[in-house]
Amino acid sequence: MNDTSLHAILDRPNSYIGRSVPRPNIRRLLQGRGTYVDDVHLPRMLHVAFVRSPYAHAAIEAIDTAAAKAAAGVFAVVTGAELAEYCTPWVGVLSHLEGLKSQPQHALAIKKACWQGEAVAAVVANTRAEAEDGVGLVEVQWRELPAVVDMERALDAGTPVIHADLGDNLAWQREYEAGDVDAAFATDTVVEEVFTFGRHTGVTLEPRAILADYQASEEHLTVHHSNQAPHMMQNIFATHMGLEEHNVRVICGDVGGSFGIKVHTYADEMATVALSVMLRRPVKFIADRLESFVSDIHARDHVVRARVAIADDGRITAIEINDLTGVGPYSVYPRTSAVEANQIVNLIAAQYTVENYRARTRVVFQNKVPMCQYRAVGHPIATAVTEGLVDAAAAAINMDPIEVRRRNLIADDSYPAKAVTGLMFEGLSHQQSLARLLEMMDYDGLRAEQTRRRAEGVHLGIGIATFVELTNPSAMFYGVGGARITAQEGCTVRMDAKGNIICAAGVTEQGQGAEAVMAQVTATAVGVPLDKVRVITGDTDVTPYGGGTWASRAAGIGGEAAVQAGKVLRGRILDVAGTILQAEPATLDIRESRVVDMADGRDRIGLDEIGRIAYFRPDTLPKEFQSELVATRHYVPKQYPFAFTNGVQASLLEVDIETGFVTLLKHWVVEDCGTVINPQLVDEQIRGGIVQGIGAALFEHCQYDGDGQLINGSMMDYLTPMAAEMPDIEIAHVVTPTADSELGAKGAGEAGTAGAPGAVLNAINDALRPMDVRLNVHPATPEQILTALGTVKPD
Amino acid sequence: MEPMIDLQITVNGEEVSARVPARQTLVDFLRYQLELTGSHVGCEHGSCGACTVRLDGEIVRGCLVLAAQADGAGVETIEGASDSGELTDLQDAFHTRNALQCGYCTPGMLLTAQALLATNSAPSRDEIRAHISGNYCRCTGYQAIVDAVESVAASRRGEGTS
Repeated sequence: MNDTSLHAILDRPNSYIGRSVPRPNIRRLLQGRGTYVDDVHLPRMLHVAFVRSPYAHAAIEAIDTAAAKAAAGVFAVVTGAELAEYCTPWVGVLSHLEGLKSQPQHALAIKKACWQGEAVAAVVANTRAEAEDGVGLVEVQWRELPAVVDMERALDAGTPVIHADLGDNLAWQREYEAGDVDAAFATDTVVEEVFTFGRHTGVTLEPRAILADYQASEEHLTVHHSNQAPHMMQNIFATHMGLEEHNVRVICGDVGGSFGIKVHTYADEMATVALSVMLRRPVKFIADRLESFVSDIHARDHVVRARVAIADDGRITAIEINDLTGVGPYSVYPRTSAVEANQIVNLIAAQYTVENYRARTRVVFQNKVPMCQYRAVGHPIATAVTEGLVDAAAAAINMDPIEVRRRNLIADDSYPAKAVTGLMFEGLSHQQSLARLLEMMDYDGLRAEQTRRRAEGVHLGIGIATFVELTNPSAMFYGVGGARITAQEGCTVRMDAKGNIICAAGVTEQGQGAEAVMAQVTATAVGVPLDKVRVITGDTDVTPYGGGTWASRAAGIGGEAAVQAGKVLRGRILDVAGTILQAEPATLDIRESRVVDMADGRDRIGLDEIGRIAYFRPDTLPKEFQSELVATRHYVPKQYPFAFTNGVQASLLEVDIETGFVTLLKHWVVEDCGTVINPQLVDEQIRGGIVQGIGAALFEHCQYDGDGQLINGSMMDYLTPMAAEMPDIEIAHVVTPTADSELGAKGAGEAGTAGAPGAVLNAINDALRPMDVRLNVHPATPEQILTALGTVKPD
Repeated sequence: MEPMIDLQITVNGEEVSARVPARQTLVDFLRYQLELTGSHVGCEHGSCGACTVRLDGEIVRGCLVLAAQADGAGVETIEGASDSGELTDLQDAFHTRNALQCGYCTPGMLLTAQALLATNSAPSRDEIRAHISGNYCRCTGYQAIVDAVESVAASRRGEGTS
C-alpha cells in the first residue's frame, strides 16, 4: 500500500496535509444560505405529523380517524395496518452478535405501542400546523399494559415480557474471560465500585428531517434526508418499500448535526417515505423538539458493577465487570442496540497490560425510547469505569494515580500489542501522551495549588482519563454480521476543461469538515491549489458507493480513497501532458495547477491548456491516444479490524460542597490520531466531543417516572452544555500514523466524548477525597454530589 | 377556517404585505412565506436561539413572536444582515477559526454576537460566554465561537485581526 516514491502523498510539494485551511463549502452556512431538509419545498408537497403513544406500553384497541379526516387541510389519515401494505417490517439483529434477538418493527405500530412516543397513526395535511390539528382529532382507544421500566427488573420472573414471541426480555448477552481472574482477586488488594450511566440523547440542533418524493410513473423515489449514510438508507428504503435500489436516490444536503443520531432506521421516517409511495405526493416530516426527545435514539443507560485487583507495587492484576443496559423495546435496525454493550466489554482496560479480565454484559428490553449508537459508542462508559477503578485502586494502596497509570499503560515500544479483551493495536502512544499531558497542565504545580486551596476551604479536583478510540472500522464491524453497511469508501476525481478538479466522495458532511479533508487530500494528490477543487458529497446518484460519516471514518478511509484517486488522475493528466510535450510522463509533475519538469520545476504547460486540448482539440493528439481525465478509487481497511487511536484527558474543576455545584476550570487533551490532515478541524472535533462528554458527565439525563413517562423531554428541562459553563480546552498531539494506508490518518471524531466523562468524574472524586466519599453516577448533578456527601437523602 | 391576519412589515428593508394565520410564528412566516430559510427552527420553545432575528433592531426569538405581532415593524434576518455587509468581519472570523461545524446555530449565533459587540466593544471571554449562553451549539463546544467574537472585538477596536 505504501508508496515510497517522490509521489507519496506525505512528500508532495505544496502539500495541504497538516495545514489548518478554512473549510470550503461553508460560506453559505455563514450567510443563512444552506439547504437543510426543511429548506426544500417541492410542488404539491404535504406535511405529516404523527399520533404518538401517550403510554409506555399499551394495546391499540381501535383508532377512529373520521374527525381528523374531515379537518381543514387534512389530506389523509393512515394507520399502521394500512401503511404496512407499502412498507415491510424490519428486525435489528447482526449474525456476529450471536444470540441477539428482536421483534419485527413496523413503520407505524399496529397492535400495541411499546414506548411513550411511538407513532401509531399519521396525519398528512397541507401544512404542518394542519397536520398537528388533525393529530389532535384522532381518537385512539388504548388499553394500558404494565410497562417494563426498571432495567434491573426486566429479567425478573414477575416482570411482563414485552414481546411474547421472544420468550423473555433478554435481547443479548455476552461473557468473556481471559487469564486467571479469581487468583488475582484472592491475593491482591480489591476495590469494588458500581457505576451508573443515565440515558441521554443527541439533541442535534437540526431535528431529524426527511422529505420523500415518489414518482409513481417511474417507480422512482427521491429522499432528501438529514442523515449520515445515504447509501445505507438507499438500500433500506428500496428493500422495505419494494423498489429497485437504482431507482432510489437519497440526497443528504446540509445536515444540522448528527453525532450518530442520524444513522439509524426510524419508524416515523420510514412511514414518511411509505406515505409518499402510498399517496403519490411529496411528504415532509420535520420532528419537532418535543417529539425528538421521545423518538430520537437514546444512548448509554448502563449499570456496571466492577472490581479491580491491584498489587502492592501498583500493578493492576485483574478487572471484572458486570454490565447491564436497557435498550428500549426494539433493537434498532440495522446497526442493532447491542453494539454499545459489546464495545464496553472490548474496551475496558484496553490501554493497560492487565492480563486477567472477566466481563459479562446483558442487554434487556424495556418500554422506553429505543437506544442505539451515539457518538463514542461504549467508549465513555469503558473509559469512566476503567479510569474510575484505577483511581480507586491507586487510593487503596496510597499510590499517586499518575504513577499507577505509568506502571500499567501498554508501553509505546511494545506494538503491535493485544489487549486483554482481544483487540489488536497496531501502534499507540499512551506513555508519551501522558507525559506530554502532565507537562502541558503542570500537574505537580496544580497538585500544590490544590493543597493550598484546600486549606482555604476550596475543593479543587484533578481528574485524568486515558483511553483508546476505535476508528476506521473494517467490514468486521457491521458487514460481517450481515448488515448492508459498507466499510469501504469511494472517491471519483475528474478534471474539467478549465483544469479544475471535481471530487465526488461517498463520505458525508454534517459539519465535521469531511469535505475540507477530501479537498485538501485531492488538491495535494493532484497538485492544484485548494480553490481549484470542488467536493460533492451526499447524493447516491452522483457519488461513488460509500458508508458515509460515522465511527470516525471519513478522514482515514475516505481520505485514503481520495489519495489514490488523486494520484491516478495526476498520472492521467501527465499522460496527456507527455503526449502534448513529447516528454516522458514520469519526468513531469503537477504543481499549483501547472505541469512542470520533475527535476527542476521548470514550467511546461497549465492544466487549463491541457483541458482545452483534451476536450476540444483531441484531433491534435495522436490517433492511438485517448485522454481519460477521471479516476475512481476505493479503499477499505484490511490489515486491522479497526485503526485504534489513543489519548489522555485531564479535567480541573471546583466542587462547592455546600451546593454541590461543579465549576469546570480547565480541560486538557493529548490525542494521537495518526497523520493530522487539518489540525484545526481535528482540534475542533475534539473540543466539541469533550463538551458532549461533559454534558453526559454533569447535565444530560432522560429522566423517566415509574410508569415509563419521560418527565424532562424539552430543552427547558433537559440540560445541555451551554457556553457559560464550559471551560477552555487545550489540545496537543502525538502522531503515530497507521501503516494500513498511505495517508496514515486515523479518526478523531469521538476521542473527546470517549474520555471527558471519566476525566470529569475522576476530578469530582478527587475534589471529594478529603470527605472520604466516592461518586460514580453520570450525570453527577448537584443533587447526586450532595447525596454522596450525605447532605441530602436519596429519593 | 383558520383565522387570518393582514400584515404590513418591512423585512430586510423590503416592504411586505402578507396574510398570515393568526397562530403563525414570525420564524415560520419568514421561512415558509418569504422563503428566508436562514433563520432556523431548533426547539420552538425559546431555548435554543437558532431562530434569532432582529425585530426593530433588537434580537428576539422568532419562535416566541407571532408574525402578527410584527405588524408595522422592521425585521432583519441573517440574509439581510449578510447582504448589507455588517457581519462580514464576524463571518470571516467564524470561517477562519472554524467557529461553526454544522452551521445550524450559526445565523442566530452571529446575530447574537453582533448584538453584544454593538454595546460592548471590549467584552471579556466570560462576558462573551454569558452573552451567547442562550444560543445552543452542539458541535463546537463554544470555544472557537468565543475566540472568533473576541478577535472581531479586538479588530473593530483597531487592535489587529488575529
